Amino acid sequence: MAGTQTSAAAVGAGVEDRIAVASNWTLVWWRFRRHHLAMFSAAVLIFLYLIVICPDFFSVQDPERTDARQAFIPVQSLHLFDDGGLAPWVPAIAGKRNTVTLRMEWTKDPQRRVPVRFFARGFEYRLLGLFPASIHILAPVDPAQRIFLLGSDRLGRDQWSRIMYATRTSMTVGLVAVTLSVILGVVLGGISGYVGGKTDQVIQRLIELLQSVATIPIWLALSAALPRDWTPIQVFFAITVILSLVGWTTLGREVRGRFLALREEDFVLAARLAGCSRMRIILRHMVPTFLSHIIATSSLAIPVMIINETSLSFLGLGIRPPAISWGVLLQEAQNIQTLALAPWLLIPGGLVIVAVLAFNLVGDGLRDASDPYSH
Amino acid sequence: MTRYIVQRLLLLPALMLVYSFVIFVIIQAPPGDFLTSYVATLASSGSSISPEQIQALRHEYGLDQPFFVQYLLWLQNILSGNLGLSLEYQRPNADLIGEQLALTMALALMSFVITWAIAIPAGIYSATHQRSVIDHILTVINYIGVATPNFMLALILMWLAFAYFDVSLTGLFSPDYADAPWSLARVSDLLKHLWLPALVLAIAGTARLTRIMRANLLDELNKPYVTTARAKGMAEWRVVLRYPVRLAFNPLVSTIGWYLPALFSGSLIVATVMNLPNIGPLLLRSLINQDMYLAGGILLIYSFLTIVGTLLSDILLAALDPRIKMES
Repeated sequence: MAGTQTSAAAVGAGVEDRIAVASNWTLVWWRFRRHHLAMFSAAVLIFLYLIVICPDFFSVQDPERTDARQAFIPVQSLHLFDDGGLAPWVPAIAGKRNTVTLRMEWTKDPQRRVPVRFFARGFEYRLLGLFPASIHILAPVDPAQRIFLLGSDRLGRDQWSRIMYATRTSMTVGLVAVTLSVILGVVLGGISGYVGGKTDQVIQRLIELLQSVATIPIWLALSAALPRDWTPIQVFFAITVILSLVGWTTLGREVRGRFLALREEDFVLAARLAGCSRMRIILRHMVPTFLSHIIATSSLAIPVMIINETSLSFLGLGIRPPAISWGVLLQEAQNIQTLALAPWLLIPGGLVIVAVLAFNLVGDGLRDASDPYSH
Repeated sequence: MTRYIVQRLLLLPALMLVYSFVIFVIIQAPPGDFLTSYVATLASSGSSISPEQIQALRHEYGLDQPFFVQYLLWLQNILSGNLGLSLEYQRPNADLIGEQLALTMALALMSFVITWAIAIPAGIYSATHQRSVIDHILTVINYIGVATPNFMLALILMWLAFAYFDVSLTGLFSPDYADAPWSLARVSDLLKHLWLPALVLAIAGTARLTRIMRANLLDELNKPYVTTARAKGMAEWRVVLRYPVRLAFNPLVSTIGWYLPALFSGSLIVATVMNLPNIGPLLLRSLINQDMYLAGGILLIYSFLTIVGTLLSDILLAALDPRIKMES
């Protein structure tokens, strides 16, 4: 009895010791790890960013391949087993024109199966934009066959593949816009808080001005003002800049507040007396103390950016075709009659919800973990 | 307090001036001017206009003047209550906006009421029954509510109603009342249609507000004065409603002013999807068709509402919590 108690105490002391010597980041990680939902969401995000890195590999077909005769094909579900063995297939689809509505009606043909293989060869692409490759996560055995895992749109394009490419655009927009906001917020907020005086006044008034802007209408107007002949890449960067213009203000305020509080701390004074330059004091001594907080705040800002990009593109004023983003895909679902006919066009919206949810949960987890000394 | 309010009110015209300039720059940014698109509209409808006439019109509208002169002309017109003529509708912009402004406000107010009516009780319940089944369910709903773009929600509801109940959820009036003069019957018809878009618009805000209310109340519930009240034998519901709820309320009330303008802006997208008579879709159309002065007028109104909203919330905050220093 006494023995177990001592060993328990020893273990307890061991944990205490580990906590005492653990770095700040280790503590943050330990605390974040306890948040199961946040850990799960982080895994979801990592998976989504894998798609961002190589959407070509995850897509089944060329996302731009159109075929008017294969419009509005419903979801073909993937079956893994055939005759007791692992032999993936999707049911074949047979189309018949309705003599009254003159619309193609697609039915599953139970007799025919389209065999598919994992990691098989499909259309050619460049992995990471560099290496020519043709391996895809899934491809039909017969290259002449087309399969539509998430249905097809009005031009007969494969929605699954389009979603993969859209994921790359939308997830990148969020990340780039937030990175820009963080840079602006930290630099301007830092200057405002550290220098103080007139500079502080000017930056504070600028933040107030930007914060009292009617965001969505102004965003719309700015996006509408983008020249029509810009390339998708130019539009993409313009949209991210527009999104981050307002986004940085909240962070700027927070950083300024932290700087004001930290400026008087002893360790800053010590650094100054030791002869550190102003830049070194800010970057080496002050920023690390609230870096985890900045990361948490930014991970909560990404989903807002994603929703905004999706809304702008949905209204036709954001990312423009031929570029593909979640909002661009949802534009196809704008018409209720179309939607009643092809409800699977709403699937990209489901992905928006999943991504935003995952970012919010990870952000909440990070925020709780960002101050590991609190209880 | 009075001094603070007066100061802020004096600042309002200055702010509006800054915004009017920014807005003018934005609406002037697209290539071509309002006559280029007018000529294009005429050409597409088959009629044409002589170069002399275009020149005359350009002169009449001051479009041959330098940028700053144009801006001053625009500003002068606005100050005398003239928002210009809509190119697309061939009607004064002020009339076009005025017609839909009331309905826009009605929509925002209604979703505001829905937000508070749901969020406050839900937040109180969640906080007082922390970690209960309902608290967990509410948390899940809240997360999903925040994560769903409101146009998605509108699309899903409209699709469900159309596909399964064969009801069309667009517009704010039944066909019978769409162009009828105002009457009690028309108002009740409006209310019948208004609640759904208002609810769609309210969901995200409700989710956010519930979470804030829950967190605020949880902070208050642990304070000693609550224990004291309990120790004195007060009924639990009275303890909660009487003291902590009121304190948890303060930060929320102060954000009312930010919330309303956000609703105006937010209703833009929902109104476009659901085809509501609202200044949002009007703005969108005017931006796409380069009906610049209409767009400018609407943007000015959005900015004005936002500034007034911010001012209101600052005043409310100062009035509710005297500890906040006004001068700094």
